[in-house]
Amino acid sequence: MAQKHATPMLDELEKGPWPSFVTDVKRMAPKSKMCEDWLGLMEMSYRDKEGHWKHGGIVGVLGYGGGVIGRYCDRPDLFPNVAHFHTVRVNQPASKYYNTQILRQMCDLFERRGSGLTNMHGSTGDIVLLGTTTDELEPIFYELTHDLGMDLGGSGSNMRTPEGCLGMSRCEWSCVDTQDIIYDLTMEYQDALHRPMFPYKFKFKASGCPCDCVAAIARSDCSIIGTWRDNIRIDQEAVRAYVGGELVPHAGAGGREKGSFDIKAEVVDLCPTRCMEWDGKTLKIWDEDCTRCMHCIRVMPRALRPGLDTGATILVGAKAPILEGAQLSSVVIPFIKMEPPYGEFKEFVEKMWDYWMEHGKNRERLGEMIQRVSLREFLKACDLTPDPRMINTPRFNPYIFYDPAEVPGGWEHDGVAFRQRHQA
Amino acid sequence: MAFDPNNLMQDRITDIGPPKYDKFFPPVIKENFGKWKYHEILEPGVLVHVAESGAEIYSVRIGSARLISVDLIREMCDIADKYCDGYLRWTTRNNVEFLVSDKSKLQPLIDDLRSRGNWFPIGGTGNSITNIVHTQGWAHCHTPAIDASGVVKSVMDELFEYFGSHKLPAQVRIALACCLNMCGAVHCSDIAILGVHRKPPFIEHDRVQNVCEIPLVIAACPTAAIKPKKVGELKSIEINNNRCMFCGNCYTMCPALPLADGEGDGIAIWVGGKVSNVLSVPMFSKLAVPYIPNEPPRWPTAVNTVKKIVEAYAAGGRRYERVGDWINRIGWERFFEKTGLEFRHEHIDDYRLAMMTWRTTTQFKF
Ligand code: HEM
Ligand code: HEM
Ligand code: HEM
Ligand code: HEM
Ligand code: SF4
Ligand code: SF4
Ligand code: SF4
Ligand code: SF4
Repeated sequence: MAQKHATPMLDELEKGPWPSFVTDVKRMAPKSKMCEDWLGLMEMSYRDKEGHWKHGGIVGVLGYGGGVIGRYCDRPDLFPNVAHFHTVRVNQPASKYYNTQILRQMCDLFERRGSGLTNMHGSTGDIVLLGTTTDELEPIFYELTHDLGMDLGGSGSNMRTPEGCLGMSRCEWSCVDTQDIIYDLTMEYQDALHRPMFPYKFKFKASGCPCDCVAAIARSDCSIIGTWRDNIRIDQEAVRAYVGGELVPHAGAGGREKGSFDIKAEVVDLCPTRCMEWDGKTLKIWDEDCTRCMHCIRVMPRALRPGLDTGATILVGAKAPILEGAQLSSVVIPFIKMEPPYGEFKEFVEKMWDYWMEHGKNRERLGEMIQRVSLREFLKACDLTPDPRMINTPRFNPYIFYDPAEVPGGWEHDGVAFRQRHQA
Repeated sequence: MAFDPNNLMQDRITDIGPPKYDKFFPPVIKENFGKWKYHEILEPGVLVHVAESGAEIYSVRIGSARLISVDLIREMCDIADKYCDGYLRWTTRNNVEFLVSDKSKLQPLIDDLRSRGNWFPIGGTGNSITNIVHTQGWAHCHTPAIDASGVVKSVMDELFEYFGSHKLPAQVRIALACCLNMCGAVHCSDIAILGVHRKPPFIEHDRVQNVCEIPLVIAACPTAAIKPKKVGELKSIEINNNRCMFCGNCYTMCPALPLADGEGDGIAIWVGGKVSNVLSVPMFSKLAVPYIPNEPPRWPTAVNTVKKIVEAYAAGGRRYERVGDWINRIGWERFFEKTGLEFRHEHIDDYRLAMMTWRTTTQFKF
């Protein structure tokens, strides 16, 4: 069947070994008018080198302040079937395990009530149903909640859909149960997720270990990163097996040849804290010097494992560059046990939110507010004690804002007594 | 009760949250939760995880376009039904993992995936270039300077040999964001592709007062470049073009301030970022190329630039060294030499705290 709109430029993207979204959407076009017009609109964008979507207006479902992103095309005259092309964010099951039954249900719903296009997944983690009209939003929501047991994700100035790495479900390095933490936070704070109450967006992300596979440290206002306080567990037999060429180093990530492994060059000498020693028979680690960078563990996963006194490091404030420049999250709680029901952690979260809601300006991310009010004010507001693990170095400027409460007599001088000692 | 458009409150369910994470676990994952002992990559894209009990699960990782249709998902479902008892998952970087509990089905699955044309490339593990995390681009967003899906497809086609192999010194993470808002995690990637605008917005004075809340527009500008202004009888705004850093925030607040421009917009390329804490600490990506023209449909200049960087790194990086670690070892002067990229005045920071990036030592290389 002939295509409704010719797409000579997009067709160039059907070539090559990587999966082609163009071929995929073209397959859908004969049964989806939205896909047909979407292809035409994309082709026009490729020709003009400019996008053709307009920012949204407020659309959504009753009682929710987020979860839907309004989108309209600026050439409805040419592409009427994508005149409205709203996005529905659906909260994914933490770390994105599915069975085919729920996926097929989702596919059917979205073919019936939308374009049939998706993002698996949006950058925040949500399942994204790409393209539907305003009058389909309530029916989609009804079917999601009634038939699929699913709910919308976040958008706008609210808590965004939290996400974590797959953690204990399949990774031997996970020091905390990332999936349960994410699920628990998502359920506990449903109200904050669906109803904007914050100055701006707020994201939780959890990684089970310092490898940080979900990039929590770069992408979340509150990053939860698994770690341990005791010793790396060593199986000396297995260390010798790596050295002897019986096991593949780096779990095969650098190729599968055995026998070329040089434990000194590849592990001991690369250890950033130089806290390891190999005498040809036994591997010694001075754990008090280890900064848990994961290198030795990832190179010899069958010999080394994280310790058993596990918990998480909490860091806050990552944000993208706009405004004050990009920030990574900074350590505010060097170690916290993360065990259900996560009471201590939630107490911290609620203090942090209270302070942010009171002091944050409109559209000011948490990290920006902390930069403005200072980390010290933030720590005070959250009842946290300063710790050298929170900094790379103490300050190197002398402009200290001393607390008058800690100076005898506060900011008051005894002028009379001064002038008795000094002539004017 | 069926949906009734005239009575939305009837039987309404809200705030149920997502399905619990373990609802869709394969049985072997459920049984060995928290009891995994080690994993190994058997070949690029194929992982085995072994539990303390000796139980095993195999994962076959494939790349996907992220923007995918329900028909493609259904095809994935057919495959998962045949080999995986219906279980599969997505990774953070838009890959799909088929979860195989029965070892005898592993090779048939791999063979099947390979037989289906270019839909299901296997790879993305270990020292590879895995899938590119990216944003919406012209497919769905209103402020993009470039498309996302088309650039990603073009780059992955060119770097395809690295997706299904482990021949790089370490993993290379590429990310793409189609405007400065960076809805993705580009700022901490080994290689980041960023859409940039280079012209401040133009102002449609006759529309501003009808479609915009002027105080909100003014507040939205991160550099305070916007002021209110009367144009004849019309309430409007003016923009100090010298202060504009092309973020598009004002356009989001006010559709009468378009800033997209086919000729002005293009791509900047950033290098040397990472998020993991392995060996070195997390690092931001730094500017490698300030501007490359927008060249749909296949963006050849951008693609070749990325390839040049990858090849210089592949040739010079030491084992376990990420792109940023490699650059830190050889120095930026060597980086520009080895990649053949031009060093220009845009590379020298002139934004806030710029002096933190200037060289304050006599140590450098000739
Ligand atoms: C004023 C600044 C921003 C505006 C106006 C903005 C606007 C938008 C819009 C309209 C979308 C929906 C795109 C679509 O589906 O059509 C979006 C998505 C998103 N935004 Fe932003 N955004 C801004 C800043 C940011 C920042 C700073 C971040 C992160 C640091 C961010 C993270 C995201 C994420 C993760 C998504 C989902 C995107 C995807 O999955 O492709 N946004 N944003
Ligand atoms: C704890 C903070 C600091 C202390 C206690 C300190 C102390 C001093 C002292 C005692 C002198 C000698 C003054 C004299 O010759 O009478 C000096 C000189 C100087 N300091 Fe600092 N300083 C501090 C921080 C800084 C910082 C942060 C900078 C610059 C970033 C700085 C830059 C200088 C310079 C340029 C001189 C003049 C050196 C010269 O001309 O010989 N100082 N400082
Ligand atoms: C050197 C540090 C790293 C090591 C040793 C490492 C190791 C691993 C391993 C072993 C897995 C498989 C886990 C599993 O499926 O059982 C994994 C998964 C993954 N890694 Fe990493 N990784 C590292 C850094 C990163 C970084 C920096 C990123 C992203 C920026 C990343 C992204 C991912 C993603 C997306 C997955 C899939 C996990 C998921 O979807 O939850 N990894 N990584
Ligand atoms: C070099 C230029 C940069 C590019 C091209 C870039 C690109 C991106 C992209 C594509 C994302 C998508 C995130 C997602 O998957 O959710 C992202 C997210 C993010 N970026 Fe950047 N980025 C850059 C610089 C920075 C810098 C310098 C910082 C901060 C120091 C930063 C902070 C962030 C944060 C916090 C997020 C998380 C967004 C969120 O999910 O809230 N970026 N960036
Ligand atoms: S962050 Fe750590 S625990 Fe989580 S998947 Fe990655 S390596 Fe495993
Ligand atoms: S985890 Fe890192 S710092 Fe600790 S011993 Fe291993 S290599 Fe050294
Ligand atoms: S594009 Fe950004 S910096 Fe420029 S005027 Fe608009 S809001 Fe201000
Ligand atoms: S003296 Fe200078 S050049 Fe020689 S090793 Fe030391 S730092 Fe390097």
